[in-house]
Amino acid sequence: MFDQTLARTIFGRLTWESFPLHEPILLVTFIVVAVLGLGLVGAVTKFRLWGWLWREWLTSVDHKKIGIMYMILGIIMLLRGFSDALMMRAQQAVAFGANEGYLPPHHYDQIFSAHGTIMIFFVAIPLIVGLVNYVMPLQIGARDVAFPFLNNLSFWLTVAGALLVMISLFVGEFSRGGWLNYVPVTNIENSPDTGPDYYLWALQIAGVGTTLSAINMVTTIIKMRAPGMGLMKMPIFTWTALCSNVLAIAIFPVLTGAFAMLMLDRYAGTNFFTNDLGGNPMMYWNLVWIWGHPEVYVLVLPVFGIYSEITSTFTGKRLFGYSSMVYATVVITILSYLVWLHHFFTMGSGASVNSFFGIATMVISIPTGAKIFNWLFTMYRGQIRFELPMMWVIAFMITFVVGGMTGVLLAVPPADFVLHNSLFLVAHFHNVIIGGVVFGLFAGMEYWFPKAFGFRLDPFWGKVTFWGWVIGYWVAWTPIYIVGLMGTTRRVNHFDDPSLQIWFVIAAIGAVIILIGILAFVIQIGVSIKNRDKLRDTTGDPWNGRTLEWSTSSPPPAYNFAFTPRIHDLDAWYDMKDRGAQRPTTGFIPIHMPRNTGAGVILSALAMVLGFAMIWYIWWLAAIAAVGLLGYGIFHTFNYHRDYHIPVEEVAEQEDARTRLLAAGA
Amino acid sequence: MGTKAMGDNPGFYVLEEEHHEPGGATLLGFWIYLMSDALIFATLFATYGVLSSAYAGGPSPREIFELPIVALNTAILLVSSITYGFAMIAMHEGKLRGTQFWLVVTGLLGAAFVGVELYEFGTLIHEGATPQTSAFLSAFFTLVATHGLHVTFGIVWLVVMLVQLNQRGLHPENQRRLTCLSMFWHFLDVVWIGVFTFVYLLGVLR
Repeated sequence: MFDQTLARTIFGRLTWESFPLHEPILLVTFIVVAVLGLGLVGAVTKFRLWGWLWREWLTSVDHKKIGIMYMILGIIMLLRGFSDALMMRAQQAVAFGANEGYLPPHHYDQIFSAHGTIMIFFVAIPLIVGLVNYVMPLQIGARDVAFPFLNNLSFWLTVAGALLVMISLFVGEFSRGGWLNYVPVTNIENSPDTGPDYYLWALQIAGVGTTLSAINMVTTIIKMRAPGMGLMKMPIFTWTALCSNVLAIAIFPVLTGAFAMLMLDRYAGTNFFTNDLGGNPMMYWNLVWIWGHPEVYVLVLPVFGIYSEITSTFTGKRLFGYSSMVYATVVITILSYLVWLHHFFTMGSGASVNSFFGIATMVISIPTGAKIFNWLFTMYRGQIRFELPMMWVIAFMITFVVGGMTGVLLAVPPADFVLHNSLFLVAHFHNVIIGGVVFGLFAGMEYWFPKAFGFRLDPFWGKVTFWGWVIGYWVAWTPIYIVGLMGTTRRVNHFDDPSLQIWFVIAAIGAVIILIGILAFVIQIGVSIKNRDKLRDTTGDPWNGRTLEWSTSSPPPAYNFAFTPRIHDLDAWYDMKDRGAQRPTTGFIPIHMPRNTGAGVILSALAMVLGFAMIWYIWWLAAIAAVGLLGYGIFHTFNYHRDYHIPVEEVAEQEDARTRLLAAGA
Repeated sequence: MGTKAMGDNPGFYVLEEEHHEPGGATLLGFWIYLMSDALIFATLFATYGVLSSAYAGGPSPREIFELPIVALNTAILLVSSITYGFAMIAMHEGKLRGTQFWLVVTGLLGAAFVGVELYEFGTLIHEGATPQTSAFLSAFFTLVATHGLHVTFGIVWLVVMLVQLNQRGLHPENQRRLTCLSMFWHFLDVVWIGVFTFVYLLGVLR
């Protein structure tokens, strides 16, 4: 008895039963992950890379390195999220009639919850934030972001959240409440397990990171543009990054507040979202969707920016309707905040409320349509180069327009009463997120990869990736649209009607085709690294680009620009090339830069320990981590030496190397 | 196109050394952070609004709120904003001692505010009006305590600033931090006015 009390004090509710030793799928996964992890740790140790890794990457405050680390995080988590997708597709393809499939509901529910959570919070967000981090400061001619340390901290907080979700795979359970952790499923009496707590702590920690990052980016864009770059001379990607991050600042606090209240319900016994004592579960739905709907635009706006940059570069023309594009972006930003209720027209708020939100939703298609026409008119009579980034743009336009149209259909309240929570809806949002966000991220990665690493990605494997994703998307999701329209509901692990099975089999085949695309992408990176000398870009401007990031070397030096550019026109780099601007090759000056710091890693590690301890009710550990977090945070403010000057010789050395490289290429 | 002919070079690079005014970006960034914090409060206010009559058989605001003590607390917090203002005036005049003095006064007023609030909470819980009693009380305690927690954090920050002022005096970095803390402190005052009006005054009118 005493032993039990002691164990409970030390380990909270963590026991041997918390480890899935009896579940073969998880056990094998764990062994594979452990072997791979140990292999990686062993390799880093063998080649004595820890010091280098720590100094050059983990503690780096360079926006470029942080951007790359965000991309790596996003790609790794994509593999995890996609494994979940394959498992669901396999289950639904076989689980008909007498066949129960291989995933019981309890497990299946965790998989669809983890899939959505990971794909949005730890794939889409890190990939978007990573691209913005890397590209935006270069586009505005800045040397770093406004708060370089905060940038590092934001990244590591996101990693801490991602790690908590990963830990939930092997220690305890994940939420069964869907990707938004819906009450009343996740109220303490319905889910007394660790699932919702993993979800809440992981997303609170990562959410703080995302909010801080958004504040950082907005401040950077407002305060650090190169001289001459007025707001209407900003590259369109920077504009969309600005709107996306403003929107993120406007919504993430709402999510933080909603999650905090659900945490209080679960830990302190309050009654915000309970079914009794006056609690109101629909309040949770309202709050999370006030975050959730604009979040879609937080993701898709920067991607619209990517498409705009690529369309204009690969047609060799200035973007058609730049100012209308800016206004459309701003209008979408505002409207996206006014449509959240369309996610639950069935709540019963009445005809007038539903009409307002239905109409507001439909109105968003007007600025979005304007964007599509702008891209089409940019291409019209342009000299289009069908290289990979441009191919993604075409695939996007065809795919996304269909998703947009089904979205308008769903915005009609009476139609939504029929289609609410059906697979039609699931197909719709995968249509816009894969066809919009994912295609755009691949386009962006193809486009900016040479800037970040100094060599292009291999085009053959890029095309395999492209066709795998595009064909795979259509094969996987068209059948889901069809069964959804016939009334099949979402989040179901077993069906009775055998006539539906063929559609799910086709969808599973589609998922396998997408898998080919994903594997081809991994191969593409490997092949490109192997053939990097053949794919080398010595000019810094491999695509004949138009914006400032192409004016510096590939990869850019730590300080980005030896001399800050002066901007006279939209498409500043095109203007500079057009008017024969000469890059100064002498007269360098020392450059003021921020110093690296390990504080971001340490604070995030403490935050992760705090989360883990709270999830498992290990109160003493939680207390230590909380005190440590506050204490170390205060300690860090006593460090006043946060910057240094890159000596002029070092600048000259790097710039001379570039001068030689350019001369050799010319 | 005349102004854009080839070779027409209006200067494409900043060749001289650049001087950035320190702190400009920080103040803007901190202001944006405050706006995000305001949205957390907005979320809590909205939830309070929705749940404010969900008594679930428990007490109503009129039965439990004691306006005199809340009015006293409001006065304490408002005065602390004025004293923080005096600290900023002393800072701008370069008076280290004066800055420290007014900061100490502000911190003590803040501590008094938190103390009175804890006393109020203690009385309520003693009377059986706990955060678990009803959705109304959950929302009430969470909204007010979130504000109180912010004030507590502000006091911790203020103490850290006193130490750093002692170490480095009115270092530009310290001045920047004091300006941020000033915004934070006044922001909490504004939020409190919302709490006082929306929760307490309107509460007893119900």
